[in-house]
Amino acid sequence: MSGHTDMVLVDENGLRIDGRTAEQHRPFKIEAGVLNNADGSAYVEIGKNKVLAAVYGPRECHPRHLQDPTKAIVQCKYNMQSFSVSDRKRPGPDRRSIEISKIISEALEKVVLTELYPRASIDVYIEILQANAGTRCAGLTAASVALADAGIPMRDIVPALACGKADGHVLLDLNKEEDNYGQADVPIAIIPSTDEIVLLQMDGNMTREEFDRGIKMAVAGCHELHELQKDALKRRYSKKAEEESE
Amino acid sequence: MERRNARHTREIVVPGDILDGTGMRPGDNAYVLDGKVRASVMGVRNVFQNTVGVIPLRGGYMPTSGDTVFGIIVDIGPSNWLVDIGAPYPAPLHVSEVPWKVEFGDTSRYLTIGNVVLLKVLSVDESKKISVTMKDSGLRRIEGGRLVKISHTKVSRVIGKSGSMISMLKNMTDCRITVGQNGWIWVDGEDENAEVAIQAIEMIEEQAQSGNLTDRIKEFIEKKIPQDEDDYDEGDE
Repeated sequence: MSGHTDMVLVDENGLRIDGRTAEQHRPFKIEAGVLNNADGSAYVEIGKNKVLAAVYGPRECHPRHLQDPTKAIVQCKYNMQSFSVSDRKRPGPDRRSIEISKIISEALEKVVLTELYPRASIDVYIEILQANAGTRCAGLTAASVALADAGIPMRDIVPALACGKADGHVLLDLNKEEDNYGQADVPIAIIPSTDEIVLLQMDGNMTREEFDRGIKMAVAGCHELHELQKDALKRRYSKKAEEESE
Repeated sequence: MERRNARHTREIVVPGDILDGTGMRPGDNAYVLDGKVRASVMGVRNVFQNTVGVIPLRGGYMPTSGDTVFGIIVDIGPSNWLVDIGAPYPAPLHVSEVPWKVEFGDTSRYLTIGNVVLLKVLSVDESKKISVTMKDSGLRRIEGGRLVKISHTKVSRVIGKSGSMISMLKNMTDCRITVGQNGWIWVDGEDENAEVAIQAIEMIEEQAQSGNLTDRIKEFIEKKIPQDEDDYDEGDE
């Protein structure tokens, strides 16, 4: 959204620079249970984004003053590796990553059955290994798979996907160029069983009609992503059983 | 016994999956949304009479009253000890719940940090405050042996159908084995035998999802410890 370019983001055939149509998302890859020492973990690739998520807990909440006597809290840490972007990212939390950590925690708190674990804390760590626009969506997608993998009771698994606008076209799942030189970026996350929205942000401008169309596309994309999330979790156990029966 | 029902279908569900839409009642780890029963954890779908629930495959240990668990003393107060039992919450053990008469402030003479104890969960209240006791037969401070920690969801596999797996382990390795409901297992025996027993327990945890486990564990132990013919009777341990 910040820069301008002479690059044609959407050509006359309606194809984008990576050959996708407006309503096509990037290829997804999800794997659950990739780390041994965390209680739950997941690895997600959305196009060129590579994200690792790990979950610990429920465990005793530290610092104590954050404890809630009625329910558990979800503490999320979103962190970008210094090598995740083309210019080295200065390590450590900054304003952007603190914001993303907060919105992801809030989205997850809506699905986790926190009232089962009063005073406890569920810790989620999201590491961005490689970024190419849409890392908060990839991060939340990975985090919810990791939570389910940790056996934490939750209503549903949340998928997240962005829609946006570039070159005057409403597009699904923006890549880096479309994000940088486009007109709008709208990440959303839903609860698939009810289609409730648990995360919604908008950077840039869109008309009401464009926005509605974008949301519709993103919700459909989220449902597709959700199938892959479920598949990743189930595969973990069916694969194991097959290996052993050999 | 709930496990055995699940074994027939072995349908793995993840949070949000619909378990039933025909009016069954929600069982463990299930909730109702728009008249449909949905799963709230990843696990195996389990139908029991008119309820449908999920047996979790993963997840932390949540104590329930009556559980026999192992614990490690992590802190000492003047009239209580704090015990880590692998739950999200610390379990205080009050001096009135130990089999000794302890003077106020004299707690560290009986149990110190790092001691392993076998306890029973007395109660877990609504705000998840746990109270434990050591005043029951068999409950004691543990000396010697080794403690193995596995996921509490695999405890029923280690024990086996009416204790078949655990009694086989005990007989074949000639070890004393006690299983805590929290997935902490105490193994005591001759070094080599105990090592084999621990390896077998870890193998059970790893392969808990596959069938025919008892036979494979038996084979594994036989390979490691040659069994005497006359030693292998089905007596108690």
